[in-house]
Amino acid sequence: MASTTSFKDRNLIAVIGDEDSITGLLLAGVGHVNEHQRKNFLVVDSKTQISSIEAAFQEFTQRKDIAIVLINQHIAEKIRTTVDRYQQAFPTLLEIPSKDHPYDPSKDSVLKRVQKLFGE
Amino acid sequence: MSGTGPRENVFATRMALTNTKLRLKGAETGHSLLAKKRDALTTRFRAILRKVDEAKRKMGRVMQLASFSMAEVTYTTGDISYIVQEQAKLATFRVKAKQENVSGVLLPGFDVDRVPGSDFNLTGLGRGGQQVLRAKEVYAKALETLVELASLQTAFTILDEVIRATNRRVNAIEHVIIPRLDNTIKYILSELDEMDREEFFRLKKVQGKKKRDAGKAEMQAIADEEDSEVLKRLDEQQEPTVDLLSSKDADIIF
Repeated sequence: MASTTSFKDRNLIAVIGDEDSITGLLLAGVGHVNEHQRKNFLVVDSKTQISSIEAAFQEFTQRKDIAIVLINQHIAEKIRTTVDRYQQAFPTLLEIPSKDHPYDPSKDSVLKRVQKLFGE
Repeated sequence: MSGTGPRENVFATRMALTNTKLRLKGAETGHSLLAKKRDALTTRFRAILRKVDEAKRKMGRVMQLASFSMAEVTYTTGDISYIVQEQAKLATFRVKAKQENVSGVLLPGFDVDRVPGSDFNLTGLGRGGQQVLRAKEVYAKALETLVELASLQTAFTILDEVIRATNRRVNAIEHVIIPRLDNTIKYILSELDEMDREEFFRLKKVQGKKKRDAGKAEMQAIADEEDSEVLKRLDEQQEPTVDLLSSKDADIIF
């Protein structure tokens, strides 16, 4: 497997989320700006274009130093087709709840598969 | 009927038979090993599945808590999002990859790797410093849950893939390779039997022909003997006549 050879270098956590989630996670210390001045987080508000979310998503999933991509579930909803199509093991894609959007397990692409396998 | 269905293209010889039999044995061993592997992986997969489900629900609660502490911070300190975003330079909260071996499959997992110290020493200096600190801790805790969930999820994805591949292999061996080898063996056996029968028949024929030839020769010999006897007898009988013919008569003028 090609992806397992390089996963030792992956040690960052990328975030796509609303302002509050990003602030909290950055406080915990996930924020990183690399030598090309590229951030590993994207703040999404009501004015953010869907295309730029997609672009950020593509960038994070293609970067070699990111191990986990966190994305707010309501934002994942906006690019649901892209998210559902994402099947790679690395980086791991994780949908997280946000402040004003409670977590809905039935929408999660992974949990959907889990539920299907449980035969529910 | 033997030899129907797909089979390998081999010459029906004893050596090919031995080889095919060995291969069949190998395929059977491989099949049982792969089936064992699949069972082990599936057991593991089930356990992970349950854990993923649990962790996802736990995450919901933890993130709610985290959001709440963030709200506290915003309430006491005001909006710190801008300053926090600007100050983020180097990640202090990282993950470290580790590997786990489940019956030959390398399952990656993540461990939290925190570097002490932080960029946000000045945040909340005016007021609400304690809330900021608390929010930080709560979010770090939440992140730990997330990282745990992420490694479970990665394991889930990879295991899913591997189990599928193993299943495909098990089924391919069971339903394609083993029947084909079986058919080949049957084909070779039937072909060898056929050759045996042919050989037997040929020998019989040869024997029959030889017998016939021998009989013929004997008959000939007997016939010859009889012939010669007849001749002899004829000779004996003819001798006077011959003698008559050959003897010269003084009376005959010409």
